[in-house]
Amino acid sequence: MNWDWNVIIDYYPRLLDGVWVTLELVFLSGLLGLLLAVPVALMRASHNRWLRMLPFGYIFFFRGTPLLVQIFLIYYGASQFEVVRESALWPILREPYWCAIIAFTLNTAAYTAELIRGAIQAIPKGELEAADAFGMSRMLKIRRIVLPRAFGTVLPAYGNELILMLKSSSLASTITLLDITGAARTIIARTYTPLEIFFAAGVLYLVITAVMIGCFRLLEKRLNRHQHYKMPAELVAVDPRLKD
Amino acid sequence: MKISKLLTVTALAVLTTFSSMAAMAADKLRIASEGAYAPFNMINEQGELIGFDIDIAKALCAEMQVECEIVAQDWDGIIPGLMGRKYDAIIASMSITKERLRVVDFTDRYYSNVFAFVVAKDKALETTKEGLKGLTVGAQRATWAGQYLEDELADEVNVKLYGTQGNAYLDLASGRLDALLSDKFPAYNWLQSEEGQGFEFRGEELDMGDQVAIAVRKRDPLKEKLNAAIKAIVENGTYAEINARYFPFSIY
Repeated sequence: MNWDWNVIIDYYPRLLDGVWVTLELVFLSGLLGLLLAVPVALMRASHNRWLRMLPFGYIFFFRGTPLLVQIFLIYYGASQFEVVRESALWPILREPYWCAIIAFTLNTAAYTAELIRGAIQAIPKGELEAADAFGMSRMLKIRRIVLPRAFGTVLPAYGNELILMLKSSSLASTITLLDITGAARTIIARTYTPLEIFFAAGVLYLVITAVMIGCFRLLEKRLNRHQHYKMPAELVAVDPRLKD
Repeated sequence: MKISKLLTVTALAVLTTFSSMAAMAADKLRIASEGAYAPFNMINEQGELIGFDIDIAKALCAEMQVECEIVAQDWDGIIPGLMGRKYDAIIASMSITKERLRVVDFTDRYYSNVFAFVVAKDKALETTKEGLKGLTVGAQRATWAGQYLEDELADEVNVKLYGTQGNAYLDLASGRLDALLSDKFPAYNWLQSEEGQGFEFRGEELDMGDQVAIAVRKRDPLKEKLNAAIKAIVENGTYAEINARYFPFSIY
């Protein structure tokens, strides 16, 4: 086999252009997805039955169909209707970039909403009772107790979801976007060196994932600092056996 | 004693199986096509590959008197698959290019391709570099048309590349593309269809000396056999008969 390092070096700048597109897709849709997921999760955790049922169809659809199908429906599907093409939304929907953002946002929000709902329901009852004992209003309770507690719990799972999102973003290449995978495919179409270029693309994904893991570690440490107990030095000084 | 006898018998059985498998594999020629390039190769309602390329492949196999198996393969991976010995030849309307010649061998042509821009009838634009300036033009990725757009127009024109020709047509129909640079014969087929009614060929057709041939692995003797078979079906009229099923003009 003849492995060609030069082809990786020659086309490296084009792959790096792809990195920016990938990062934009993941972070923009990750952020929008999170903003959408919070109210949906609160609805899902609500005690009102009707409020709870409302987002069910949305979550069911986006968790139950492949992301590729969702992207194709939004990009190629919607554009087949005259109504959509004449509407005020067309300047946004005609761009593959925004179609990808919309599909990724709706998809990740559906998963994240379920993660947050689980975290909300796992908050110890005592803390909510304590908030009520203080006479907190419902909104204040949500702002000060429910959401901060839920975010701490959901963080490791949410980091996982973002990493999955990073890899799913390669599907954007199917609607002409030149993300890492799209750039790689376009380069391969010219050079016929799939092993080298996909290897380089894989390394780039790996590096991004490593950075994301690191960031979430730091964030977890900070948000969940109340869970890490360190015995004060004075106490250890009294009796070293206490330290354990 | 007994054990060694058993071993010998097993070894013999294994050997026979292997050699007969090898013989079977040698008799059967595996040919790849794409299935997303009407009317040259497409998938019918039964899920079978049909089209001009497939008819030519079958005629060549009949001419060479070998059994053939035709497999569908995505365009992006079609050359890697040949190099990885997943099949022995590609009959998928593939043009001879310098880049491809570095990794595969080509037979003589089995048709000649020209290019044309497809534009909506009600859209006033000229298909020159100046006329297309700032507009969006599409083509299929990993094709001669796509490469032409990237090399000749990409500095002034917004170029969009698609995985399949079908997706490029969808975006032309939705108005995301101002123009599509396509191989002329499949575009002719699309213009006949219901979706293609509002569109037409615009400007001069581009003849880049594009010859469509069968790709085989480097130094595979299969190439000479296929060349002889192509020559034979052109001479005995089989080719003209297949041509007439798809186009009212000769594409050889």
